[in-house]
Amino acid sequence: MYVRHLSVSDFRSWSAADVTFEPGASALVGSNGQGKTNLVEALGYLATLASHRVPTDAPLVRSGAERAVVRAAVVADSRELRVEVEITPGRANRAKLNGAGVPRARDILGALRVVLFAPEDLAIVRGDPSERRRFLDELVVARSPRLAGVRADYERVLKQRAALLKSAGAARRSGGGSDLRTLDVWDGHLAEHGAQLLAARLAAVQALRPHAVAAYAQVAPASVELTLRYSSALTAALPEIAESVPDVGVLEAALLSEVARVRAAELERGVNLVGPHRDDLDLGLGELAVRGYASHGEGWSVALALRLGSYELLRADYPRGAEPVLVLDDVFAELDVNRREQLALVASKAEQALITAAVASDVPEQLQGARYDVHEGAVRRVR
Amino acid sequence: MYEGAVQDLIDELGRLPGVGPKSAQRIAFHLLAAESVDVERLASTLVRVKNEVRFCTICGNVAEADQCRICTDTRRDPSVICVVEEPKDVVAVERTREFRGRYHVLGGAISPIDGVGPDDLRIRELLTRLRDGVVTELILATDPNLEGEATATYLARMINPMGLTVTRLASGLPVGGDLEYADEVTLGRAFSGRRRVD
Ligand SMILES: Nc1ncnc2c1ncn2[C@@H]1O[C@H](COP(=O)(O)OP(=O)(O)OP(=O)(O)O)[C@@H](O)[C@H]1O
Ligand SMILES: [Mg+2]
Ligand SMILES: [Zn+2]
Repeated sequence: MYVRHLSVSDFRSWSAADVTFEPGASALVGSNGQGKTNLVEALGYLATLASHRVPTDAPLVRSGAERAVVRAAVVADSRELRVEVEITPGRANRAKLNGAGVPRARDILGALRVVLFAPEDLAIVRGDPSERRRFLDELVVARSPRLAGVRADYERVLKQRAALLKSAGAARRSGGGSDLRTLDVWDGHLAEHGAQLLAARLAAVQALRPHAVAAYAQVAPASVELTLRYSSALTAALPEIAESVPDVGVLEAALLSEVARVRAAELERGVNLVGPHRDDLDLGLGELAVRGYASHGEGWSVALALRLGSYELLRADYPRGAEPVLVLDDVFAELDVNRREQLALVASKAEQALITAAVASDVPEQLQGARYDVHEGAVRRVR
Repeated sequence: MYEGAVQDLIDELGRLPGVGPKSAQRIAFHLLAAESVDVERLASTLVRVKNEVRFCTICGNVAEADQCRICTDTRRDPSVICVVEEPKDVVAVERTREFRGRYHVLGGAISPIDGVGPDDLRIRELLTRLRDGVVTELILATDPNLEGEATATYLARMINPMGLTVTRLASGLPVGGDLEYADEVTLGRAFSGRRRVD
């Protein structure tokens, strides 16, 4: 697929911007702070309903404005689809497909698929487990948008259950009995939604593994092999999850029994102690964990390999014509010659690649396609 | 900010569910421009609703007497009870014309975040109704969202051992929503396709 047109209003620094793109490589070039990343961030938001830079929506709305709007015309399989989202901090987003409002913003997921690689991705490798869960869940939803609903439900179950654990725990400590039958009900919901999310994550890790390993070998040919392993409290009970995806029913039963096992501790502490929200993606180079051991350059290579692997996986998941748009934000300046070449090679084959760079010379030779100057609140096509 | 009474009105309207600051302002100025009789009728209706409308002592639906019109209607089938969260859900189900039994309004759904547990809902009253031996089927028509599902599961687990048939509306309802927003046809279909829960 490719983005034919992007327009934003009151998004970040842009009161308004309108850009028309073509398939192939396009570079947005301009000096620091001109709003290049803001534009591709808007596209990423349309694809995932989240920013790759900030966890909340408030910074996305131009300072002084009430809401931001992002619109794109996306061509997939030679059919054009218009997608729009209106961002009002503190309120639910409103979204439209082809001009018609959809019940929930997440109903637009899948209309535009983007794989975005940015300096922030170093956090996947170096940050705490929540960064890796976010990376995985983004991939899970890109593969199957239905999972966005499962994930939202699961988050809500966690909130409800935590509230109940806190009040039931407090009631117990003060000597009163508490009705644990409602806790049984929430356990059931945690296991049901958690198992679906877990199954999707396991499937994503196993599908991603060969692509990411291959990408890493290309990006860092002299290095040892990259390893990916999904790490979960269930691994002890279900060792097979390292290599295969058990039936959702099996995962649900395992979650239920694990939850039952830790109930006393959960009531004591008032937190949800088991489930996919506690899991991690263990990344390793040979015998050593990436986090804590890898060098700066190795960390970059792993982050790049994860994104390139995701891109190849989504390309394999979807027929030609519906493959994701590749967005490369400010990354070429950070990479050495070999990694630049590897990335450029993949990007040059992409149906559409959108690249931001502060200076034109940062954009590799193979990607010298269309060029846009981003300067003083205007985007101008110069080539 | 406006002066005195106008701002008070905007503030009061703004506290209503679903009314944002802009709509509150629009409604306030609409009322200011309206005929006195129209405004007086609205005001007296508001007062009357608070004074006269009560909740049915049997089912918990809104009523103008001790018992609501559905509970006192002898043509309605007393052997089936449809459990809903709010009075507005009774209206939604009535619109489908699929259901000829009686209702039980819980007054909400289990939601620990909001501090609502089973004891805060009219569950004890429901159990009392079920003990008279007339009721044979219970239809759980709580909202198709997490809290509604949790409430339905809780009730099903409690009531199944009593030997009644417990059913849940068929899927097809927009998940995550409110019963009241489901259109008549969809809700009607969910009713006729209801399934036993064990
Ligand atoms: N909510 C907002 N309202 C107004 N301006 C904002 C908002 N958020 C960010 N900005 C401004 O946007 C600019 C940054 O834009 P952006 O990150 O797109 O720059 P860039 O062109 O990618 O620069 P670089 O080359 O340094 O990466 C900053 O000057 C910042 O002050
Ligand atoms: Mg930038
Ligand atoms: Zn009644």
